[in-house]
Amino acid sequence: MNVQQLIEKLELRVFGGEQGLQNTITGGYVSDLLSDVMGNSDTGQVWLTLQTHKNVMAIASLKDLAAIILVNNHKPDEDTLNQANEEGIPLLGTDMSTFEITGKLYELLK
Amino acid sequence: MQFQYQIEGGNFSRAGFASSEIKKLMKQLNVDLSIVKRTVVATYEAEVNIVAHAYGGTIYVELDEEKIIIKLVDEGPGIPDIEQAMKEGYSTASSTVREMGFGAGMGLPNMKKNADDLKISSEVEKGTTVQITMYFKTEK
Repeated sequence: MNVQQLIEKLELRVFGGEQGLQNTITGGYVSDLLSDVMGNSDTGQVWLTLQTHKNVMAIASLKDLAAIILVNNHKPDEDTLNQANEEGIPLLGTDMSTFEITGKLYELLK
Repeated sequence: MQFQYQIEGGNFSRAGFASSEIKKLMKQLNVDLSIVKRTVVATYEAEVNIVAHAYGGTIYVELDEEKIIIKLVDEGPGIPDIEQAMKEGYSTASSTVREMGFGAGMGLPNMKKNADDLKISSEVEKGTTVQITMYFKTEK
């Protein structure tokens, strides 16, 4: 599945980073601790978090993640959004809680 | 080849820039991707530690056919007890830094897990030096 298909299936909002909408999704990772994501996420995963600051983009880029989904109606900081566009990594959003979106994502990817 | 990058203490908007440059460099040189990935994790953690804890620092990168040595030298408070700092979950990060999702006490353990060789030396009230070495030919 690619990011565009995921957006359609889960009705996600696209904040930025549209250049990466064709990125292939290999799995997901859910965490708000940046070192946890740094240490344990892997290439091609979608990252679910409530962190909205710019450093999430640095991590997504360094780890070659497929996309970021901000949960619970969180909005990205302006410099986060700029960075997403610069890096071409889709920055997405949902009103769903972490629990709900994770469950749905798991069903789609398992 | 030698490179160096300046790191500004407290400036989180630039955190990860040097690590990103080092990643690009290694990819250009066709270093095995699994080694690049481990280097990125160790280097990013060390870079963020300078931003989170020190006043500033310099990253020196030295690279030849066999290995890359990344030496991060900071001016800062230093680490009084390195053994304690290496323990998973131990952190002295400020509450602001923790709210950002840093400071979970996973940085140094991440470095140790991913670096082929890790050397840390520190002097209280002077600063800390972290040296990460990665070998391009895996022994496994």
